[in-house]
Parts: sequence; structure tokens; C-alpha cells
Amino acid sequence: MSEDLKAAVAAGVVGSEESFRTLLQSVVEVARAIFGAKASSIFLLDEEADELVFEAIAGFGADTLLGKRFPSSTGIAGWVLVTRQPLVIEDVTEDPRFAKDFAEETGYVPKGLMAVPLLNEERTLGVLEVLDRPQRSQFSLVEMDLLGLFANQAAIALDLLQRARRAERVLAESGDGAEVVARLAATVDSLEDERRAAGLKLLAAVEEVLRRDEGG
Amino acid sequence: MAQPEESAPRELRPAWSLPAGAAEGLAVPVEWPGEVTREWAWGGSTGKGVTVCILDSGVDEAHPLVNGVQRSVVASVGPNDEVLVEDDTEGDLCGHGTACAGIVRSLAPDCELVSVRVLGAGFTGSGGVLLAGLRWAVEQSFDIINMSLSTTKKQFAGILHELTDRAYFQRTVLVASAHNMPVESYPWRFSSVISVGSHEEADPLAFYYNPDPPVEFFARGVDVEVAWTGNARIRCTGNSFATPHMSGLCALVLGKHPELTPFQLKSVLYLTSANVGGAK
Repeated sequence: MSEDLKAAVAAGVVGSEESFRTLLQSVVEVARAIFGAKASSIFLLDEEADELVFEAIAGFGADTLLGKRFPSSTGIAGWVLVTRQPLVIEDVTEDPRFAKDFAEETGYVPKGLMAVPLLNEERTLGVLEVLDRPQRSQFSLVEMDLLGLFANQAAIALDLLQRARRAERVLAESGDGAEVVARLAATVDSLEDERRAAGLKLLAAVEEVLRRDEGG
Repeated sequence: MAQPEESAPRELRPAWSLPAGAAEGLAVPVEWPGEVTREWAWGGSTGKGVTVCILDSGVDEAHPLVNGVQRSVVASVGPNDEVLVEDDTEGDLCGHGTACAGIVRSLAPDCELVSVRVLGAGFTGSGGVLLAGLRWAVEQSFDIINMSLSTTKKQFAGILHELTDRAYFQRTVLVASAHNMPVESYPWRFSSVISVGSHEEADPLAFYYNPDPPVEFFARGVDVEVAWTGNARIRCTGNSFATPHMSGLCALVLGKHPELTPFQLKSVLYLTSANVGGAK
């Protein structure tokens, strides 16, 4: 890879994680709004640790659960992950095991949930859950289809997030300073109008000075 | 009935063919009526004598809707890729297996239930554990294996295909949940299994044949009251609840007609489907 291309790729990677996190967050916000639910969350599968991680949350738990981890194959999310089958549970009158982790952290006990696997081709990336939609009507297969559509979107966002993280890691491990340069380029690129113009001017001046010294 | 293999030395038989004059030996034990009705298919049956294996998250055998399990085991894969199957004392790690067991029991109250837990050892090894559990269940020659699991990994498709065919030819009926989402997954897509999707009706005995496969049957899978861990009862939706309804029906039919091969059983299900006119 040429140095220019490397710099361009690096510039594209830096800061993209933030964008994909925003996309993921918007998926859970919309899922929560469309279903009129109390909360919605996306769990990412951390394959190395074999754990599920709360990656995005809308509604209850948003302040406390982000980043929390639990074993990948227990509870409802674990079942959905391993079986790759969506599951809808309603009308929980007692306290089955699935609600406990959530309830202990938030003090909020869901009465029902919808959980769907996030699949990208052969890979299973995580689980999308929607908690406590209103009990206005009986659940229908149309809603199951809607849930599947959201899951597709969430899976794409999760895939992008993972790619961005991998690329950042590679960049950080390369140890040749490309990360610093890329971060600087991304920062300048994110500025607006006058500040951006000033930033570019400053970088151009820095480049000129460096080249002059090099030419020595 | 066809003669068992041990009574006819393999070397004397033309491979996979029927010698002249041997057709008389192929008597089919089931007397088929002119019209196959539900009364003929399972009238009076309670599933007695039929063993249904629940390949899932374990089963809470103390739950009143489950009413006992003959045996509970957990499958895992050893350090040398060997299949390990041990008695399971963990119960149900999720609730789903208990739900499936309860549905089968509600339709076929006198069947035997066996739980094979293939969940709980982490996601990473879950494909291998699923294969290990299924392989063991097929080797036990259970009458019916209920599975709501599927894998999207193409590397497992070949082995799963081999296992499901083996089950089919040895008269183990594999009932598998179709996927709710438009993804390629296995083994439900194989024609040797009975694949099940959901309909929205409330009648547990209502089922439909799908003339547009790969999903072959639709059974009750929406808003089903099921058993759950902690002696709970909850309402659930998903193809994974439609599947044990078909397993329960299979148990009823096999309880009355134990000689049926999976092909014949599938034919009975077809003829007794609500949209084929056999719902009498």
C-alpha cells in the first residue's frame, strides 16, 4: 500500500467508530419509538471473551448498562444468539431468570421482551432486544417481520462498528505514527468553514517547515 | 415389514434393488384407509410409547406442565473433538427448553421426554456442541427429536445433512424450526426433516401444509402460553414454539402407528393438514 493510500485509509478509519456508534444508537431509539417500548438495546458478541456486551441502549438502563458484560450463552439473549432464532416473550407474571441481570442494575423489571439475532451472512454479531412494548394488542407476525428488518439494519451498523474498531487497532499497533497523522487529518476535516480553512492553512505551513528541514 | 438386515446377509443381496419375487416380502404393516382422517391418524392416542428428545437449553423437569423427564443430559465437545454426554443437573439455563417440553407434553401427555442440553457452554463452541448433541440424539434412535436451533455456518451444513439423513433412514423424526428471518441456515432447510413455521391461530391442533417450501408446515407459534423456569407460565411467540406443536402431533401419530417411517408420517401430516381437507 502506498503511503498516500495508507494515510487516506487511516483518515477514513479515525472517527468512524463514533459515527457507527451513533448509527447503532439511532437504531435502538427508532426501534423503541416504533414499538412504543420502554427500552431497547443492542448486545455485541465479543468473540474473544465469549461474552455479550451492552453496546447501545435507549430508555431504561441507558445510563448504567452501557459496556456491561455477561456470558454469551445464558439468558434469553444467549439463547437467541446461539439458536439464531428470534423470540418474543410477554406477560411475565413471575420472575424468570432472564430479567434478573437487568433488574438488578436498573431496578426495573421488564414484563416482556422481543429478542432477535443480528446476523451478517454466516456470522452472528449480537442480539437486538426491545423491552416492554405496550400490551394493546396481541403480538402478530407482522411485528416479527418488522423486528427482523430492524435487526438487519442493526447488524449492518454493528458490522461497520467492528470493522472500524479492527482498523483502529491495526493502525494503533502499526507503531509508525500513522494514527497520529490520521487523527489530526480527521480532526481538521470535521471542523467547519473558517476553522477548517485555518486548520488546513496551519497544516500546510507545518508541512512546508518539515519539508524545508528535511531538505536542510 | 421389510426384513431386518441381519437376517439377509448383505453379500447375497443386490445393492439397493428388489430381486424378482421378493416384492411379497415388502408388506407395509400399516393398513391405510381410503381417507386418512385425524381420527384414524391419532384418535385415542396419548403419545404412549413414543420418546421425544428436546435438544435445547435443558428442561426444568419439576415444572407441573412438564411433569417429569425420563433423562436429562448435557452435550459438550472434548479436547480431542470427541463428543461428551453427561447427566445434566443444571436444569434449564434459559427457559426455552422447558417451554418446548411443556408444549409436547400438553399434546402427548403420555410420551417420554428426554432433554439434551446444547446450550450454556458459550457461543464460540456452540456449533460443535449442537452437532455433538444431535449426533448423540440420533445414535440413541429416539422416535422424535425437537430442535429449535439452526446454524448459519456453511462448514457445518455437510455434517448436519449427513446426520439428518441418517435420522430419516433409521426412523428418527427430526422436527426443526424454520428461520423467522430471510437467512440461510441449517438443518431446517433439509428435506429429510419436518420444518415448521408459525401461524397466528390459537388452536394447538391447527396446522397447515405449505405447498411452497422450504418451510413444510405451519403450526401454532404466536402468543402461546408456555412453561418457563421458576415454575412460571408466560406467553411467547416464535417458530421455536410452533415446532414442539408439530413434535407433539408426531408423537400422537407414532403412538398409534409406531410402524410409520418419517416419509409415511409426513404423508399423514400432509393429509391431515387443515388446508388439505384432512382436519376431521
